[in-house]
Amino acid sequence: MQKFNKLKSIPAYLPIVNIDTDMIIPKQFLKTIKRTGLGKNLFFEMRYDDQGKEVNDFALNQSPFNNSKILIAGKNFGCGSSREHAPWALLDFGITCVISSSYADIFYSNCFKNGILPIILEEEKIKELSEYANRKEEISVDLNEEKIVYGNSEIKFQIDPFKKKCLLEGLDDIALSLKKSDKIEKFERNIKNIKPWIFND
Amino acid sequence: MSTTLYDKIWNDHLVDQQEDGTALLFVDRHLVHEVTSPQAFEGLRNSNRKVRHPNLTLAVADHNVPTTDRTKGIADAESKIQVDTLEANCKEFGVQLFGMDDKRQGIVHIIGPEQGFTQPGTVIVCGDSHTATHGAFGSLAFGIGTSEVEHVLATQTLVQKKGKNFRINVNGQLPLGVTSKDVILQIIGKIGTAGGTGSVIEYAGDLIRSLSVEQRMTICNMTIEGGARAGLIAPDEKIFNYLKGKPMSPKGDNWEKALNYWKGLKTDDNASFDQELNLNAGEILPMITWGTSPQDVITIDGKVPNPQNENDEDKKNSIERSLKYMGLKPDMAAKDIKIDKVFIGSCTNGRIEDLREAAKILKDKKISSHVSAMVVPGSGLVKEQAEQEGLDKIFVNSGFEWREPGCSMCLAMNADKLKPEERCASTSNRNFEGRQGRGGRTHLVSPGMAAAAAISGNLDDVRKYQN
Repeated sequence: MQKFNKLKSIPAYLPIVNIDTDMIIPKQFLKTIKRTGLGKNLFFEMRYDDQGKEVNDFALNQSPFNNSKILIAGKNFGCGSSREHAPWALLDFGITCVISSSYADIFYSNCFKNGILPIILEEEKIKELSEYANRKEEISVDLNEEKIVYGNSEIKFQIDPFKKKCLLEGLDDIALSLKKSDKIEKFERNIKNIKPWIFND
Repeated sequence: MSTTLYDKIWNDHLVDQQEDGTALLFVDRHLVHEVTSPQAFEGLRNSNRKVRHPNLTLAVADHNVPTTDRTKGIADAESKIQVDTLEANCKEFGVQLFGMDDKRQGIVHIIGPEQGFTQPGTVIVCGDSHTATHGAFGSLAFGIGTSEVEHVLATQTLVQKKGKNFRINVNGQLPLGVTSKDVILQIIGKIGTAGGTGSVIEYAGDLIRSLSVEQRMTICNMTIEGGARAGLIAPDEKIFNYLKGKPMSPKGDNWEKALNYWKGLKTDDNASFDQELNLNAGEILPMITWGTSPQDVITIDGKVPNPQNENDEDKKNSIERSLKYMGLKPDMAAKDIKIDKVFIGSCTNGRIEDLREAAKILKDKKISSHVSAMVVPGSGLVKEQAEQEGLDKIFVNSGFEWREPGCSMCLAMNADKLKPEERCASTSNRNFEGRQGRGGRTHLVSPGMAAAAAISGNLDDVRKYQN
């Protein structure tokens, strides 16, 4: 997994609440058996018209937002399905940081598995930061310091320390868990005794 | 210390817990389907890892499968690759798969309970948000992403942090024609699609206990639409009777041992919850959704909202956006909404009781001439049962199409989809923009309400057709 440390970009702003995973990447693109290549279909329904032409009004079709690495959006971002294609599509487009006042749980968790930092801020701070999208000015995100720097100001954000460590170091979850194999084996031996129907032995 | 059902299941599955609260949870049952698993199996292959417990894993293709004649295979090349990939992966890694021609094939959340793979007190995961369905059995069941699917395949565990305890008590009796679908739509309308974020919801109260196993599944299924991680209902005799004798249920001595354990699975009397909500079942009416979020609910007697009545700017914009997408006018009566299509099926309402409920309304009636309608049974076994009861004939005689099992038009990954601006009364779970096809307009309803809409040609009150 790609490490996440610092990031500087003009943010793109989508002032829509409850952006669901079907909006982020519609189902017709879930038929892939790869993780890559989904970026061109990110926000497909809003981004392209019926003829497949780019919709000019849509922020991510406009310069400089077509190169934004930071996406600011309304609350409850990523609600709906568990499809990891949603963070894969964001990542493939180049977005590695999302800022919203809340996220759906599964989407939030999926971001961390893909080197994407989802930041939670209060609504009023979101409005403040969205001004930087309107003015096309850069903001900086520093994960280690847990802060966003914009203009002469900065905002602190909070993040689970374990998730932070995994992002900063680009750690592979599975390898970490496999280091606990002894504990897993012990647990399994125990349930074979006390709950024999689980393994159907 | 008094604990909740969620606490108990959580504590019973802790393999390890770090100081910061990050836990490693043991996973008893892992369901796999074709859409969210190929990259996970590929990850295993690239890292030279195996599936740790193939016997705790069950796979089925459901999202992409055609619901028409399957003897010719899958026409869509990409869908076919995905289904074939699942088959090849299951073979390579030794995972049991119900193939497309197996009569046990069906929607992953319908076949788990049907086979007795779903059991009380277990942790069940699947790369699908509607895994919440299995919570009806008193299991902690939740959807995961593909990276987590890979993690579970490799380690039979999952990295998690404990969520909050949220209890929803529903007491009283439901009025005639009102179902568990209306209950959960009402709940989502009240708490909103982010209302359960970070929580596990336990459903309790005498109404919940009076519901059948299948009705409970409908409630737990849509818990994710309320943003919660999982929905739970304490298991009781109905659950134990349902599971007894199922192919993968415990047998002999193990059955007795399991039963003994299952009977202890309940929230202690004094356990505390972070949040509670009380509902009176008697006040719940048949519901529909008018907008593009499952929280956009009104009763069938109600009117579509008017953005001018909304002070909050975000909400106002959101209503305007939804009305535009849905092609509706403010203050329009629900019953004036004319429909083109009806879809009965999905992991929410594709079980035998759902089909019976719809068939009861449709018996000896014809659907409206401008409506096209389809029934997609949740599994091959549901289909077989329905045919034995003659339900298929009722549907076909009324003008419905009778299809093969799968997810179908719930998310329209296969050939079943709405055309732009087509309007559908659907028993599925999501009315998001484009969900049932680009530009398609979805109104979520119960199976009885879907049947009533099919007959009337517009959204209508199922109570009108009750005998």
